[in-house]
Amino acid sequence: MNNKVIQAMYNDDDILLDAVKETRAANHHIEEVYTPFPVHGLDKAMGLKGTRIAITAFMYGCVGFAFSIWMMDYMMIQDWPQDIGGKPSFTFIQNMPAFVPIMFEMTVFFAAHLMVITFYMRSKLWPFKKAENPDPRTTDDMFVMEVAVDGNEAELVSFLEKTGTVEIKVTEKH
Amino acid sequence: MSSHYEAPIRRPLIVGDKSYHDITVDVAAPVEGKANKLWWTAFTIALLAFLWGIGSIIYTIGTGIGVWGLNKTVGWAWDITNFVWWVGIGHAGTLISAVLLLFRQKWRMGINRSAEAMTIFAVVQAGLFPVIHMGRVWNAHFVLPLPNQFGTLWTNFNSPLLWDVFAISTYLSVSLVFWWTGLLPDFAMLRDRAVRPFQKKIYSLLSFGWSGRAKDWQRFEEVSLVLAGLATPLVLSVHTIVSFDFATSVIPGWHTTIFPPYFVAGAVFSGFAMVNTLLIIMRKVSNLEAYITVQHIELMNIVIMITGSIVGCAYITELFIAWYSGVEYEQYAFLNRATGPYWWAYLIMMSCNVFSPQLMWSKRLRSSIMFSFFISIVVNIGMWFERFVIIVTSLHRDYLPSSWTMFSPTFVDIGIYVGTIGFFFVLFLLYARTFPVIAQAEIKSILKSSGEKFKKLRDGNHE
Repeated sequence: MNNKVIQAMYNDDDILLDAVKETRAANHHIEEVYTPFPVHGLDKAMGLKGTRIAITAFMYGCVGFAFSIWMMDYMMIQDWPQDIGGKPSFTFIQNMPAFVPIMFEMTVFFAAHLMVITFYMRSKLWPFKKAENPDPRTTDDMFVMEVAVDGNEAELVSFLEKTGTVEIKVTEKH
Repeated sequence: MSSHYEAPIRRPLIVGDKSYHDITVDVAAPVEGKANKLWWTAFTIALLAFLWGIGSIIYTIGTGIGVWGLNKTVGWAWDITNFVWWVGIGHAGTLISAVLLLFRQKWRMGINRSAEAMTIFAVVQAGLFPVIHMGRVWNAHFVLPLPNQFGTLWTNFNSPLLWDVFAISTYLSVSLVFWWTGLLPDFAMLRDRAVRPFQKKIYSLLSFGWSGRAKDWQRFEEVSLVLAGLATPLVLSVHTIVSFDFATSVIPGWHTTIFPPYFVAGAVFSGFAMVNTLLIIMRKVSNLEAYITVQHIELMNIVIMITGSIVGCAYITELFIAWYSGVEYEQYAFLNRATGPYWWAYLIMMSCNVFSPQLMWSKRLRSSIMFSFFISIVVNIGMWFERFVIIVTSLHRDYLPSSWTMFSPTFVDIGIYVGTIGFFFVLFLLYARTFPVIAQAEIKSILKSSGEKFKKLRDGNHE
């Protein structure tokens, strides 16, 4: 299989956005777009599906909530009930108002941390991970669109040149 | 450029003729440049204060809490005052990065990174005090519900002090990941610009291999939004729970239902003051006046004015309710607070927190950088005294007149407090030289809508 890609560089987000739309309309396959900052509408223009990470956060929050209930019920009611300041400690429901703050904190703790860990895993971000942006300028002011080559290199290059690119590179896919 | 439209009535958030590349260069400059004499002087002073604090802490741990000025009647004083003061300062960072994100306030982008850094460093200082106050710090892990040798005697989940443990640790750790996630693209920018191999290595490590793919950005924005949604109630809950430490007790002057909102407003008030203190200096020293503009300072002053007024309302409500309750102990607690031997602390609190922020109604004063800096220091002092007044005046004259007494701090109390200020500035000064102090990726995303150059271009076209 051909692993060649064309990297078209742009120096403006609006030009990039138009180029992405044109390239999609011309039925070329966009492998990836690297940008220095979040370009609004880029994911829609590229046809990316929406992220489901917020849903995972909700589920993690539910886990944290359930865990806190189990933990406090086990520790305060089942395992070692104590009479502290006359607060009822022999049924969960009667002692529950005192548990609300920690239920809340655990919900947030689980939702936030597990969501961020999920994000790091899914986007392959961790210490010692090597960066994969094709050009160091893509974290500064350059926008790169990678388009897959399917035996139509010359045609693609001439097509992309008309989209306002400032630099075109043909490389093997890393 | 129609997609970047912003009403012409809005003042630009990025002044000057900036391009995307200029932002990169400006944000990277303090990291890539060399520290000047002023930085080294400030760092040395902060480090000395920090070392003095470490000495005082070691002395406390080695000898015991008796080296503090605490006595049988006043069992909580500077330590808890400092704890609440630092936690309060920490609140502004989350408020700026989370609450203002939810409200789509773009001016947050120039200041959120440093405000969050301040939050984390301040909460670290706050966390020190309860731990030191335990006396036997090597048993500090007893606050966590860990299985232990006493047939698993668990922690007391009815206690607000334990809620505080959970609240503060959740707050610190969630703020840290929120901050770090936002830092990834900016560390990546520093990594890609780094020339020296050591810098390159460090920033690649810190940036977690951020590459800026479209999908990463999509997730990044969603994660930021959800974290903001989680951090907003979290930040309100943290100071609410700090106030429970007092409000659930039966001490007149503490046992007050108004405490949670009153403490949260006070926290935001003092936090914004500290952000102003730090950023007014940093924008000058690090040449960031184009991103942290006078408008930013003015908007923060408005927040200070509003939260200061809420705090003022709370003080007056407390007094009214003490009288209206008809409880003579409650009435005496407040009468004593205002006119007793600690009247001077009460007066400092009232003038710094209630009177001084009212000056911000004047547009001329709140747009003045020197005046804003002055008021920010005044507010920081006032909010320290607020906690001191609440804690010490409520304790020093308890139910038994024979045990009435005064509190005076020892050199160890002072040393630890000054030490945490030193520690805070050590961390902040190191941060200012090694971290991207402006969320440059976010700033770039609003350059076309809120940058002065682009606004002029666009508004010119409309005419």
